[in-house]
Amino acid sequence: MFKEMHDLFQWAWLIPALPFLSFLIIAFVTKRSKRLSSTVSILAILTSLSLAIAIGLGVIQSGAEIVEHPAIVNVNWLNIVGLEIDFGTIIDPLSAMMLFVVALVASMVQIYSLGYMRGDVGWSRYYAYQSLFAASMLGMVIATNLLQLFIFWELVGLCSYLLIGFWYFKVSAREAAKKAFITTRVGDFGLLLGMLFLYTKFGTLDFAALSAALNTNFQDVAVIGTVGYVTVMAFLVFMGPIGKSGQFPLHVWLPDAMEGPTPVSALIHAATMVVAGVYLVARMYFLFDHASPAALQFIAGLGAFTAIFSASIAIAQDDIKRILAFSTLSQLGYMMFALGVGSLTASMFHLMTHAFFKALMFLAAGSVIIALHHKQDIWEMGGLWKKMPITGTTFFIGVLAISGVPPFAGFWSKDEILAHALHNGHPIIYAVGLFTAFLTAFYMCRLFFVVFMGPEKKENHTKESPWSMTIPLMILAFFSVFGGFVALPEHNFAFYVHYGEFHHEPIAWGLAGISVVAGLLGIGLAYVIYVTKAISAENVVARFPGIYKLLKNKYYIDEIFLWLIHNIMDGLGKVLYWFDIYIVDGIVNGLALITRGSGKVLRRTNTGQLQTYAMVFFFAVVVIFMVFAFGEGQLAALNPLATLGGVK
Amino acid sequence: MSTVVFFIFAILSIAAAWGVVTSKNIVHSALYLALSFSGVAVLYVLLNADFLAAVQLLIYTGAVSIMVVFAVMLTLRGEVSESNPQNRSWFAGALVSALVFVMIGLVILTNTDWRILAAPWTSGGSAEDMSLLLLTQYMIPFEAAAVLLTIALAGAVILAKGVNESK
Amino acid sequence: MNLANFSVGLSTYLLVGAMLFSLGLYGVFSRRNIVAILMSIELMLNAVNINFVAFNRFIWNQKIDVHYILTGHVAALFVIVVAAAEVAVGLALVITIYRNRQTANVDEFNWLKW
Repeated sequence: MFKEMHDLFQWAWLIPALPFLSFLIIAFVTKRSKRLSSTVSILAILTSLSLAIAIGLGVIQSGAEIVEHPAIVNVNWLNIVGLEIDFGTIIDPLSAMMLFVVALVASMVQIYSLGYMRGDVGWSRYYAYQSLFAASMLGMVIATNLLQLFIFWELVGLCSYLLIGFWYFKVSAREAAKKAFITTRVGDFGLLLGMLFLYTKFGTLDFAALSAALNTNFQDVAVIGTVGYVTVMAFLVFMGPIGKSGQFPLHVWLPDAMEGPTPVSALIHAATMVVAGVYLVARMYFLFDHASPAALQFIAGLGAFTAIFSASIAIAQDDIKRILAFSTLSQLGYMMFALGVGSLTASMFHLMTHAFFKALMFLAAGSVIIALHHKQDIWEMGGLWKKMPITGTTFFIGVLAISGVPPFAGFWSKDEILAHALHNGHPIIYAVGLFTAFLTAFYMCRLFFVVFMGPEKKENHTKESPWSMTIPLMILAFFSVFGGFVALPEHNFAFYVHYGEFHHEPIAWGLAGISVVAGLLGIGLAYVIYVTKAISAENVVARFPGIYKLLKNKYYIDEIFLWLIHNIMDGLGKVLYWFDIYIVDGIVNGLALITRGSGKVLRRTNTGQLQTYAMVFFFAVVVIFMVFAFGEGQLAALNPLATLGGVK
Repeated sequence: MSTVVFFIFAILSIAAAWGVVTSKNIVHSALYLALSFSGVAVLYVLLNADFLAAVQLLIYTGAVSIMVVFAVMLTLRGEVSESNPQNRSWFAGALVSALVFVMIGLVILTNTDWRILAAPWTSGGSAEDMSLLLLTQYMIPFEAAAVLLTIALAGAVILAKGVNESK
Repeated sequence: MNLANFSVGLSTYLLVGAMLFSLGLYGVFSRRNIVAILMSIELMLNAVNINFVAFNRFIWNQKIDVHYILTGHVAALFVIVVAAAEVAVGLALVITIYRNRQTANVDEFNWLKW
């Protein structure tokens, strides 16, 4: 059975290859025909989805074997002296899960885009980029070595740039695209350094080889170097996820990335690209495990901080997409600190469930935006449930899922994260996570109540979106409802996706209850404020005007960055400019001056004046004479001119 | 006695040579030149080269100096008293010529083989012996010298006459 | 050296020649007027002549077969001849140049550099 599965796994490379082929076809062949472009793209991604499902089933059927022996196929790509890089695919439960999630969300988004992007001039370009992104992301999750992963990582970043700035005639879109790319680049710099360190130390970037090296040789200090060295590598590698997965302080690009079309936000900035950082940490978990505990504690602390930081900003935002963006940041923080407290399983589980309900909510928000002709302020919406039942229902399912209400998917994953946090000895992080859960429920329900409940605004003429948009919503809602049940069976999610030894842990119902209560409290508070209006939101704002301003302006982080850039970097620029003008130019000009000066001096030998020539001539005669007379060191002798002879 | 004479005329020659090369007035230089030549002629006499001394006086002081004066006359421009200025790099020139002098002086003074004393010459003029040499052993250079002089004469005339612009 | 016994020897004459030569050399280097340079060259030739004659005097001071050997004098004579010819032609050249350029300043004869 495993052997047959193994044969199936050999074809895993097709999964990213098909969307890439679709990208090429759209870019070069079908650009003019809108219908052909989207058909090709959707066909490709659906085929990849089927393959991913097949592989997923194959993994499940392989049982424990696939966990111990992942199916790895490697092809030697680059072989120069000192550098050997392979390209390959790895199929293990983690990559299979990621393949499924990415392919599902990507196909749902592409189908949804048929309705959302209707009438847009750049239709073919959009689908080309979508295909390219799907190919890159799928390629990333089956990469066998860090360099291959990094190549796809960068490609994914490129697609993000292209798709954020899709409506390039808008200045804000262009700026947002640049901001996204540059901010993630800062993180990628650290990642590159980490890769260099790893390669220098271990001579390989292959995950399996690195894991083996770290595991077996950990006692041997000479091979690995000190724990500190490994910690440095871990920190550097983690810088990539800080940028890509929007941890503080490199989170600033994600809210601005909402300038792109909503399906793009759903796909890239909710479900797939931003989790690339989390995925990387999960893949390289052996590195963090062998580093000093400070590394994992840092990840945990940063993740928890990001979670509560973003959640606090979200409660004061008015743009529907921005609320969702900060919600994504907050959930990414959850995933990170889950990794930090030592539970790879919980983190990956939450990654999966979050992909479902966050993509769902983004697509539903897109449905609302289109219905209201591109209005995005929630205070201009209201009472939409009557006119848009499918959108409203699915969105509500998403809200319940993210709030951690059982039996929806978010409950299982969030509960597992919090349970692990407490059990592994991080009570503060547990408390932060719990409070953030309360905040999450609050702001999501605030969003839902304001947009879908209450009185309708007269100027909004809405109707439900077409089937191309509502069917993906329903499919994703299905997974948001039932996706959490993979935690239940004997061979549950944890059985397949884990790090180190597997212990079958029973679900801690007590802690689960506490987190449910926190979620319900949040929902209740939102209900009280926004539905019954028993507590007036304006009064609360009036009592804490400073805090409200701080939250609404995202803690002024963007302004701080701009100040830093203008003052520090411009100052540095001035110093370097001075350096360039005086030192570099000085050297170059100095060379020219030397040439000119020596020319001026040497010119005097060629005056054309015979007397000068004669002088030099005679001087040379004297010199030659001196050489001959005293050359043999006969200066001491009384007769140094014996060589000149005498007269007999 | 001969020592005294030697010193007088040696110093005379050298002083006159100094005057040649340092005088600002070119006519003075020319006259100093003639004086130097005369001094050297006396030195020749002391060296028992009486024929040569006569030749020196005839040709150098008698013809060459006069020719130089003629040339000075024909190429004089501006004030006579400033017609022989120094070069800009006279100091370098002084240095080099001093070095040359030191070099030659070294050779002269460190060679222990020079004879200090010369045996006195018995009487007899040198013209007879000179002519013997010229017409026997050095016949060919003699004739060549004659040809040279002829050519020099012709050449100088042509050069000095100038070339008319051909139409 | 005892001044009473001092008699002039070869090296003295040679030194005189050397001094004349150096002075002539200095004149060649530092005069601007071309006629002056030619005069200095004459000085140098004179110095050479002195050398010839002095050497002749101090080497062959005996009669050999009735006649003295006067090779040095012959050499000096030829030097005089050549010097005379050279002065003639040289001054003719100077006059020609003067006719063309209206100057006898050797600083202005700088065409040897292109």
